Amino acid sequence: MAVAMQGLRDVERGTGRGRKHSLKKAYPLWFHLPAGAFYLVLFLVPTGASFYFSLTRWTLFDVEFIGFDNFVQFFREPALVQGFVNTFVYAFVTSGLKVVLGLALAVLLTSQIIGRGYLRSVVFFPVLVSTIGVGITFKVLLDPFDGLVNQVLGFFGITGPGWLTDPHLALLTVAGVDVWKGVGLATLIYIAGIVAIPQEFFEAARVDGASAWNNFRYIILPLARPATVTVVLLSLIGGLRSFDLIWTMTRGGPGFTSDVIASVIYKQYQAGFFGLSTAGNVILFVVVAAIIFPLSWWLNRKDNES
Amino acid sequence: VSTSAASRPRARRRKGVWLGSLAILLSVVVFLVPFAFIFVTSGKTQQEASRLEFSWPTEWAFFDNVLAVIRTNDYVLLRAFLNSTILTVGAVAIMVVLAAMVGYVLQRRASRWNGLINALVLAGLIIPPAVVPTIWVLQGTGLYKTLWGLIFIHVAFGLSFCILLFRAFVASIPRELDEAALIDGAGPLRLFFQVIFPLLRSVIVTVVVVQAVTVFNDFTYALYFLPGEANATVQLTLYNYQSQGLNQWNLLFTDVLLITIPPLIMYIFFNRQIVAGMTSGAIKG
Repeated sequence: MAVAMQGLRDVERGTGRGRKHSLKKAYPLWFHLPAGAFYLVLFLVPTGASFYFSLTRWTLFDVEFIGFDNFVQFFREPALVQGFVNTFVYAFVTSGLKVVLGLALAVLLTSQIIGRGYLRSVVFFPVLVSTIGVGITFKVLLDPFDGLVNQVLGFFGITGPGWLTDPHLALLTVAGVDVWKGVGLATLIYIAGIVAIPQEFFEAARVDGASAWNNFRYIILPLARPATVTVVLLSLIGGLRSFDLIWTMTRGGPGFTSDVIASVIYKQYQAGFFGLSTAGNVILFVVVAAIIFPLSWWLNRKDNES
Repeated sequence: VSTSAASRPRARRRKGVWLGSLAILLSVVVFLVPFAFIFVTSGKTQQEASRLEFSWPTEWAFFDNVLAVIRTNDYVLLRAFLNSTILTVGAVAIMVVLAAMVGYVLQRRASRWNGLINALVLAGLIIPPAVVPTIWVLQGTGLYKTLWGLIFIHVAFGLSFCILLFRAFVASIPRELDEAALIDGAGPLRLFFQVIFPLLRSVIVTVVVVQAVTVFNDFTYALYFLPGEANATVQLTLYNYQSQGLNQWNLLFTDVLLITIPPLIMYIFFNRQIVAGMTSGAIKG
C-alpha cells in the first residue's frame, strides 16, 4: 500500500498538468445538476415567483396586478399586524429560553452527576417526537379545568390560569411548549461545545483554586461561544418560521392573539387570498433574512476577533 | 492539606449524587409525565379517558383502542402509515444520493461555481419556502396532491442540510484514493459510486436517520402540498382526528402513541448517529 502511494506521488510529480486536467474530469460539474434541478424548480422558482405574486390579487381563477396593496393591507389590519409582532415575540422568547436552559442543562449534564446518560436521553427525546403529538398532549395537560397542570396547582391551592384561553398568555404558553420540545437540541449542541474545551483549562483553574462559578464564567461561557452562536441562529430561524405547534395548540387564537406570520399565511391561503398569503411569505422572507444574515455576520465576526 | 485533598473528591461525589437525584426527579415530572399521560390515556375506555385525569386505567382497553383507531375511517391509518413509509423512504433515498454527489464534487473540485452553490445551500437552510407559489409550480407540473410531489418537495427542502454533512465528511477521505482509482481506469461515475459512496457509510447512516425522522414527523408540507383525507400521511390523520373534535381522547392518544413509536425505535437503535448529525449539521449551519 505504502509502495503504491509512493508510486502515485511519482506519477503526480511527473505529469503535473495532465493530472490536473484528468482530475477535473474525475469530478464532473454535472453531478450538481440532478440536485440543482429539484432545488431550482421547487425552491428557487417559487421563491422568485413569490415576489411577483405578492403584488397581485390572486385567486384560483385569475391573477390581477395590484401593486403594493397586499402589503398595505397586511400592515393596516390589526389582526395581521398582531401576527407580525407575535412572530418576533415568539422567536425571541423561545430562542432566549433555549440558550439559557440549554446552557444550564449542558453544564449540569457534563458534570459528575449520577444518571447522566438517562438525563441526556430524556431531555433529548422530545426533539424527535411529532410536533402534532406534543401539541395535542399539552393542549390536554394545560386544559384550564381538567388539565393535569391546573389540577396539580389546585392541589396546592393555586388557581391556575387558562393557559391557552387567556389572550395574554396563549402565545407564551405555546412558546413554553416549544422550549420543552426543543431544549434538548440546544442542550446537545452545548454539550458538544463544552466537551470540546481542552481539559487543561479546567486543570489550570483548579490549581488557581477557581470556584465552580469562575469555571463557568471565565472558561465555559467564552469557550462555548460557537455553540451559543449555533443555538441562537438555529432557534431564531426555527422560531420565526414556526407554524405547526401554534396551529395545533391554538389555531392563532383566542381571537388573533397567538397568530404569527406563518399562521396568517395559512389562514389567508385557506380563505383563498393567495396574493395576500404570498405577501405574508415575502414579509416572512424579509424578516428572516433581515435578522439572520446581519446577526450571523456579527456573531461570526466577533468570534474571529477573540 | 492531605485530608482536605482527600475529602474534596468525596464531597464532589456526594454533590453529584445529590444533584443527580434532584435532576432525575425533576426530569420525571417535566419530561416523563407527559409521555406517561399519553400511555395511560391510550389504555382507558372512552368514558374514563374523557375525564383527562392522570391516573392508572381501571380497566385496560388498550388493544380495543388500537383496533378501533385502525378501523376508523375505513382503515385510513394503515394507508397513512403506508404513505408515510413510501414518502420517507423515497425522499430520503433520493436526497442521500443527490446530496452526496453535490457534497463530493463541491469539496473535491475548486470551481468558480462553488461560491454560488455554497450560498444557495445556506439559503436553502434559512429561507422559508413560499407556499402558494410552490403549489402553483406543483400544479403546473402535475405533481400537486400526489405523493411524488411531496417526495420531491422534501428532497428540495432537505438537500441543503445533507450537502453540508457530506461536504464535511468527504474532506476526511484522502484524495490518494481517488487517484488510485483513476489510475486503475475508473471513470467519474465508477469512482464516485463504487469507491467514494461506500466510504460515506457512517455519514449516510446519520443523514438517513435524521432526515427520516424529519420527513416522517413533517406536518406543514403535507398539510399544504398533499391535502385531502384519501392519501394523508400519519401526521395529517392525527391532525384531522383532532380537528373533528370528537370526544374520544382514548383513541386520539392511542394514535399519538402509535405515531411516536417509529421515532422511538430510531432513537433506540441510532442514538449516536442522530446526536452526531444534529450537532454537527447544526454547528456547520
